[in-house]
Amino acid sequence: MRKLKPLLCATGLLAMLSAGSAQAAGQEEMIEMGKAVYLNKSRGNCVSCHQINDPDATQAGNQGPPIVAMKQRFPDKAVLRAQVWDATVNNPITIMPPLGKHWILSEAEIDAVVEYVYQF
Amino acid sequence: MKIIKTMAFGVGLVLSAQISQAADSGFTLETVNPEADRVALQNYFKKRFPDAELNDYVNGIYAVDSNSREQWEEIEEFPPYEFAVEEGEVLFNTTFANGKGYADCFENGGIGIRQNFPYWSKEEGTVKTLEMEINECREANGEKVLKWSKGDIAKVSAYMAWTSRDQIIDIKLPENDAGAMAAYLDGKKFFYAKRGQLNLSCANCHVQGANIRIRADLPSPQLGHTSHFPVFRSKWGELGTLHRRYSGCHKDSRSHPLKPQTETFRNLEYFQSYMNNGLAINGPGARK
Repeated sequence: MRKLKPLLCATGLLAMLSAGSAQAAGQEEMIEMGKAVYLNKSRGNCVSCHQINDPDATQAGNQGPPIVAMKQRFPDKAVLRAQVWDATVNNPITIMPPLGKHWILSEAEIDAVVEYVYQF
Repeated sequence: MKIIKTMAFGVGLVLSAQISQAADSGFTLETVNPEADRVALQNYFKKRFPDAELNDYVNGIYAVDSNSREQWEEIEEFPPYEFAVEEGEVLFNTTFANGKGYADCFENGGIGIRQNFPYWSKEEGTVKTLEMEINECREANGEKVLKWSKGDIAKVSAYMAWTSRDQIIDIKLPENDAGAMAAYLDGKKFFYAKRGQLNLSCANCHVQGANIRIRADLPSPQLGHTSHFPVFRSKWGELGTLHRRYSGCHKDSRSHPLKPQTETFRNLEYFQSYMNNGLAINGPGARK
């Protein structure tokens, strides 16, 4: 029994570690998907209106505010997600399309793009 | 549909509340006042772009953005619509099989009249556009009608605009004519209502979003919009009518676009052209 304990501990630790790296890999994939959504014209096309400090986001438009200080502006990530999902709640005549409400993006794509912009 | 209607109504309400501060006359037959709307729109752009000349708005984005103006002025040195105007002149002067021609269908032989279109026809109870009357002229004389968006109709229209350059736009709303006012209001509502999967109104880009970048493009101010049509667009590589542009714009909002010369588009043209009263015809134009 005494011998078993450290073994169990070690296994547990290993399991936790691998779970952690799996999560990190998942997060990376999500951010990558979010970036594709952000840049792709037929998906989010966020770049057409929002500047972002990503070298791949060339010729960004400026109809909307730039993607900066996101954590300060949206301490609650859910508020940011809600804004992406339907910006007309805050401003009925906003030019920003309601990306969730009008099925422009899938829920998973919205999650991903929120993760991507939340880095900036 | 009910949801869309409710939504559109909501947007209308919010809009009327916002614009009323600029003395826009709102979205009901009781309150709507085209002249007040025209002045409100001019004042709006005077405030937004204090350095732009009012008469220059017929040049679209080039009235307010000096960088793109330079490129455009270079294009205008050898205007891409020049051949189309010449072809339009030939088409205009070619007699129909019955010996008559376009000149017989229009006032002043069809020369220098672009500024009066579109107009409200009380007899027919509808807005008449220049392109519509070009085709009616053909039909009345036993000729086949032309397709609406491009080709010969755009060329004939371009020649007629060419002969009307510098004429002052003079769109009339007959007094005490509920039908004309309803057509104007319908066009105005179309302009300001949100539509399509992208939930965009014309005003989103061409009023509040004018001269602000969408990717690398700058949307033009709505004031002056119709004056230079038909237009030679570099993107098309040819001439197209106003309603061709409407269809494209409508599609860009991810709507199912209306067909050229449908009543709604004619009403939109009526509203937009009225906004340009006092400005000069400069068609055909060249645009990106």
